[in-house]
Amino acid sequence: MSAVLTAPFKRPLQQRAHWTDRIAHGGLLLTVLALAVFLALPLAAILAKALENASGDFVGLANFASYLDSPALKQSLWNSVWVSSLVTVITLPLAFVFAYALTRSCMPARGLFRTIALVPLLAPSLLSALSLIYWFGNQGLARGLIQAFGFENIYGAPGIVVAECFAVFPHVLMILVTALSLADARLYEAADALGTAGRRKFFTITLPGAKYGLISAALVAFTLVMTDFGIPKVIGGNFNVLATDVFKLVIGQQDFQRGAVVGLLLLTPAVLTFVIDWLVLRRHTAMLSARAVPYKPKPAAGFDALMAGYCSVISALMLAMLGMAVFASFASLWPYNLSPTWKHYTMGLVDAEVGSAFVNSLKLASGTAFFGTLLVFTGAYLLEKTRGLDWARPVLRLLAMLPMAVPGIVLGLGYIFFFNAPSNPLNGLYQTLTLLVLCTIVHFYTTGHLTAVTALKALDGEFEAVSASLKVPFFKTFWRVTLPICTPTLLDIARYFFINAMTTISAVVFLYSPDTKVAAIAILNLDEAGEAGPAAACAVLITAGSTVVTLLFMAVGWWVDRRTQAWRNTAGR
Amino acid sequence: MSEYLRLEGIQKNFGSFQALRDIHLSIAKGEFVCFLGPSGCGKTTLLRIIAGLETQTAGGVLQAGRDISLLPPAERDYGIVFQSYALFPNLSVTDNVAYGLVNRKVPRRAITERVEELLKLVGLPGSGNKFPAQLSGGQQQRIALARALATKPGLLLLDEPLSALDALERVRLRSEIRSLQNQLGVTTVMVTHDQEEALSVADRIVVMNQGVIEQVGTPRQVYRDPATPFVADFVGKINVLPGRLQPGRSVHIGRLRFECELDAVAGRDVKVYLRPEDLLARPIAADDSNVFHADIEKIEFLGSYCHVSVRSADIGAQALTVYLSLNYLAEQGLEVGSRLPLRVMPERMRFF
Repeated sequence: MSAVLTAPFKRPLQQRAHWTDRIAHGGLLLTVLALAVFLALPLAAILAKALENASGDFVGLANFASYLDSPALKQSLWNSVWVSSLVTVITLPLAFVFAYALTRSCMPARGLFRTIALVPLLAPSLLSALSLIYWFGNQGLARGLIQAFGFENIYGAPGIVVAECFAVFPHVLMILVTALSLADARLYEAADALGTAGRRKFFTITLPGAKYGLISAALVAFTLVMTDFGIPKVIGGNFNVLATDVFKLVIGQQDFQRGAVVGLLLLTPAVLTFVIDWLVLRRHTAMLSARAVPYKPKPAAGFDALMAGYCSVISALMLAMLGMAVFASFASLWPYNLSPTWKHYTMGLVDAEVGSAFVNSLKLASGTAFFGTLLVFTGAYLLEKTRGLDWARPVLRLLAMLPMAVPGIVLGLGYIFFFNAPSNPLNGLYQTLTLLVLCTIVHFYTTGHLTAVTALKALDGEFEAVSASLKVPFFKTFWRVTLPICTPTLLDIARYFFINAMTTISAVVFLYSPDTKVAAIAILNLDEAGEAGPAAACAVLITAGSTVVTLLFMAVGWWVDRRTQAWRNTAGR
Repeated sequence: MSEYLRLEGIQKNFGSFQALRDIHLSIAKGEFVCFLGPSGCGKTTLLRIIAGLETQTAGGVLQAGRDISLLPPAERDYGIVFQSYALFPNLSVTDNVAYGLVNRKVPRRAITERVEELLKLVGLPGSGNKFPAQLSGGQQQRIALARALATKPGLLLLDEPLSALDALERVRLRSEIRSLQNQLGVTTVMVTHDQEEALSVADRIVVMNQGVIEQVGTPRQVYRDPATPFVADFVGKINVLPGRLQPGRSVHIGRLRFECELDAVAGRDVKVYLRPEDLLARPIAADDSNVFHADIEKIEFLGSYCHVSVRSADIGAQALTVYLSLNYLAEQGLEVGSRLPLRVMPERMRFF
């Protein structure tokens, strides 16, 4: 080979872009731009605020120093850390055994147990805090029970820990179920052939196989608790944590600088979690090869009964939480007159404007589901299936993964700093429903994005190449092939957006106005006003709404399967 | 024959890795060319550069006299078939085959007729209403072929089209592809790592290794007259023996002297390449030259023929493979441990 041809400084050739490529590039750039404006810039605004004083001068790390001088704030930091750790340590084994029972036993009613355990996902996380107060609060039904354990009352750390355990359980469970389902039966058969004892199989095959799931679940649990706002607000009493501090500093005291410092503190563990998770998962490839044989548990009467018993207890606790909220929402005058009444619903809906808040919630959820799915799926498609504009792809990939590392409360904080600034031309968006929708889309972007990418990667990578050779523009193939194949995935993403938009509090708590208040926020306001009954009614209403919509999505999914996915299950294969 | 496709100094770097180095190649109109080589040799990258799916770091591509070096795929003229079939699973066979026609505003009647014609051509008439998942792998690849040919491209690119199929189907489909190509006369480039496949279908084979072309030639040339040790090794089975050239067209291998056709500088050390079928067990007359005796070490039974591993102290320590028919082994009562004479054909020896 000649030295001239391989000279390193020679510019590589570049293919001319087809006009369809330009459309794809335009779409890609728009997606990057959207995530930059509605994610990167607000986060940058927090950083900027943390480094300047109230009049906007650069002060370096002075805000951090003054923060560390405040004993109250340092106490909050410590509180957040130990509560999050404790919840993680409690939830992980409980959820692991539950997941183990679901995936590795032949106990009856596995589907039912699974559904019950996942129900909290349909409710705002603070529902468990409300229920706990009804159970063990000052006027709780079973107050004596916790006093027997030596606790004065449920408010503060004990309440937060218990309520968070319930709220985090389904998230952890989902990760662990996935990890435990990815088992290769051949490993167990080989172990059996070698006469391996059950305990040894568990420690040499099962646990290592689920290792990454356990790490991931622990990190998720810790971050969720650390950054949760609703539960400490409702049941925390005088027990301060970082998430409630941010709110008090920013909304109560208008101390944006210190608020930004706390926001960055909250961002740290989440970013750390994200990085660890990413490093761990990157090595976690091809655990399950294409040749793996799915593991099928064998019936074992004693073990199955034990597992069923365990799951029954956990499920009963779950139902007790949900049931208490429902029960209390119908009680006439807690705890003196428990006769059923609709008055909390009627009163709440009419007088406390929960009705309009609920309508706002539905608008927010529908908008998020529709536009979020559109943005996420189009973005993922352009990212994975089009060519050229190579510098933009890693940028978009990073921006799409970033929301996972940004707690809602931090995102909301960034939105205030960025969109509330008078100099920002987008200032008009502040406190509008549009901004709430955008914020919620960004908040939950990553999961939708990963779902879409997984579905797209399962498609043959050469569809676009074949289309180009046949001179069919990529968007026609997108419309005729990719979208129809991915309809079930689109429904999944839309449902995910909808449910989360219905129940989210953390990001939107900074951004609503009286006109755009959503139902989940209304619970907080009612609770603060001492209207416990209507607060419970509102939480139940949200849960019911999410449930109905989930069922609707399932029905649509079933219909779509029948109508458009006929090619999937064709006989003769 | 007129030139249809020309590659001029194609180079491709992936970071610091050189996938292709200075590739020059000319392909005639109507020719069936195979890119053959081990995985990672750059053959697929070269095909994708011709298709415009990758862009070469340097160099040019000319198709039918047109410089297509920097054209996007949609502005080039080819049909392509991938190993994975890449059929659209949610579209019927008819819609798949018609996919490129619909976009060209061809009248519907004409489309229907063309699809029928193509399905007949690939031997699957009447399967238009099925979905891809209802067809076998070989049938799906036939549909992919029909789809690629639907728009009558000037160039057909096949990227390991048979690799995903089972052995029987592979042999059947490769002869079908060849006869289809004869019938249509479309210039075809096929990438494969299977030398038997390349030998059986190609007009010319381009043997590639580590980003360079080792040899371009007809299947017979590549097999009989390999240009490099790599080609000799990669295409077909071959025995390699150390030897030393002697004056008067002969070579010393071990203790023995063999006649050969190479009249070269005496005293040069060489490697002698001999295919198993170039070592003859019969007919051997008593006064034949170039004969040596070897002991049978192993017999690998493959049906009518056996791969027999033999060793002879006279020509060195290593084992040789020869092909012997089952009948011959039986006639001569040969088994492991037997001794037999073998004759080397002087005109078949290759030296590197």
